[in-house]
Amino acid sequence: MDLIADRGRRVTVEELNTTKLLAHAAEQAKQRKFEDMLIVDVDAHHYESEHMEQILPFMENDVLKQLAMSGRAKGGRGAIMPQSVGYQDMGGRVTRYPLRSSEKTPGKEHRDVQIGHRWMDAMSVDYSCLFPTGMLSIGLHPQKEMEAELCWAYNRWLTEKVMPESGGRFFSMLCLPFSDPDAAYRQVCEFGHRKGVGGFMVTTVRPKVGVYENAYMKTYRAIEERGLVLSFHSGPAWGESTFQSCNRFLSAHALGFSWYNILHCTNWVVNGMGERFPKLPVMWIEAGLAWIPFVMQKLDHEYLLRPSEAPLLKKKPSDYMRDMFYSTQPMEVVDEVALQDTFRQMNAETQLLYASDYPHWDFDLPSTIYDRPWLSEKAKHNILGGTAARLFKLPPRNEGQKKNLERFGNLHT
Amino acid sequence: MAEQFVCKTAEFKDGDRRIVRIGQHEIGVFNHKGEIYAYSNYCLHQGGPACEGLTISAVEEHLNPDKTSKGLFFSDTQMNFVCPWHGMEYDMSTGECVSDRKMKLRKYKVTKKGEDLYVSV
Ligand code: FES
Repeated sequence: MDLIADRGRRVTVEELNTTKLLAHAAEQAKQRKFEDMLIVDVDAHHYESEHMEQILPFMENDVLKQLAMSGRAKGGRGAIMPQSVGYQDMGGRVTRYPLRSSEKTPGKEHRDVQIGHRWMDAMSVDYSCLFPTGMLSIGLHPQKEMEAELCWAYNRWLTEKVMPESGGRFFSMLCLPFSDPDAAYRQVCEFGHRKGVGGFMVTTVRPKVGVYENAYMKTYRAIEERGLVLSFHSGPAWGESTFQSCNRFLSAHALGFSWYNILHCTNWVVNGMGERFPKLPVMWIEAGLAWIPFVMQKLDHEYLLRPSEAPLLKKKPSDYMRDMFYSTQPMEVVDEVALQDTFRQMNAETQLLYASDYPHWDFDLPSTIYDRPWLSEKAKHNILGGTAARLFKLPPRNEGQKKNLERFGNLHT
Repeated sequence: MAEQFVCKTAEFKDGDRRIVRIGQHEIGVFNHKGEIYAYSNYCLHQGGPACEGLTISAVEEHLNPDKTSKGLFFSDTQMNFVCPWHGMEYDMSTGECVSDRKMKLRKYKVTKKGEDLYVSV
């Protein structure tokens, strides 16, 4: 197959081979002796839209299932998932997008498991938290019952068909149908005990939903009681009114991923959710890090003057933010001094967790953390996997990792 | 000085490229309009295979004299090569990163010896 740009050269590529594409990542891992370091990727993705024929039969409601399956069938016209406009592949410059379907997976395991293991092995990632791709926009679905059905079907498929074939190396925080609080609660009760479920994830592209609504409290309580993690995963929504004046994907992407986490994190903190659920680990995913000091400073500044509007708070908003967890990617490595100060403000040594976001266009390698000269060894081990090992109760995969987990107090017993 | 045979010059046409290794050095060799360029294949962003992706004309925005935009156009003169990992673009003629020209890929010396093309460290 040829990759060709209209105004460029022909590049002949026989097929995508993730192992080959990431050969330099494997070199990095070897040079840095990552084998002895447990590395956990708390945000990696697969393209569930490529397996809808496997997923949709898990829908429960016959009428909605008929609508969804018919829409997917040859000649079907409608999309069943909200689609967002975007150019993630940068006009074909990020070649794994146009080449994706050419990758061969001759093994017995599910295709997504085989491909996943290739990038994990290249990066020396031991465990990956697998998230969907298209479903990150599920919060924009106009029908809450369809959202609940699609999340249900995906969660069953993932826990029954995909993760069991990963040799325990994939886990997930399952997608919650947040537009329907009762359905979200039911899915926590139904799936919370399943193998590989480390928690539940709310897609934050939901401009009109308040995370403080009373209807959600039983769901948060249920997640907390089970010792699981509640995460919020951001995304872009170029078509949404806030971003309609952005004329470049760069702008909508940079702002969108930050904005939706800023919005819901602010509501979470100001409404005293940290006081209501002090034992619930909460994680904010895929917004990078630059927004965190911004929100900390803005909220502390306003709270100082207006405590009457946040009466549940017993400490500064930034203190609650430092109680929560954040994933690294896409880490803004453009100004080391600013980045170092961001790490300081958020207590990165204990609150930050490495994420690759692979195979998406702006993925980060473990070296983005390991190579920061100002990070202590303990911080590197914690961020790359130790903190996640504690949160998700993940065991070491070799003796070297065990020693390092013990050394930094991260061995789960 | 270590030297590595790349290929026969007759087999290296306009638009072709080769990736060669000299010890720890991985080098991308391009033929662009008859000029031969050789750059490090380690991207300055996160170490991806900088020379193994698309080559594509630079994008320009053209302005009218009154500063209104005419829109986006492909350059007629500047060709870039693109790291396939995250899309960082490098100027074919200099090896500079297009978005920050202070970042520059290491350039290697290319020599023709009779019919053969060599790159050296
Ligand atoms: S490693 Fe080359 S663009 Fe990121």
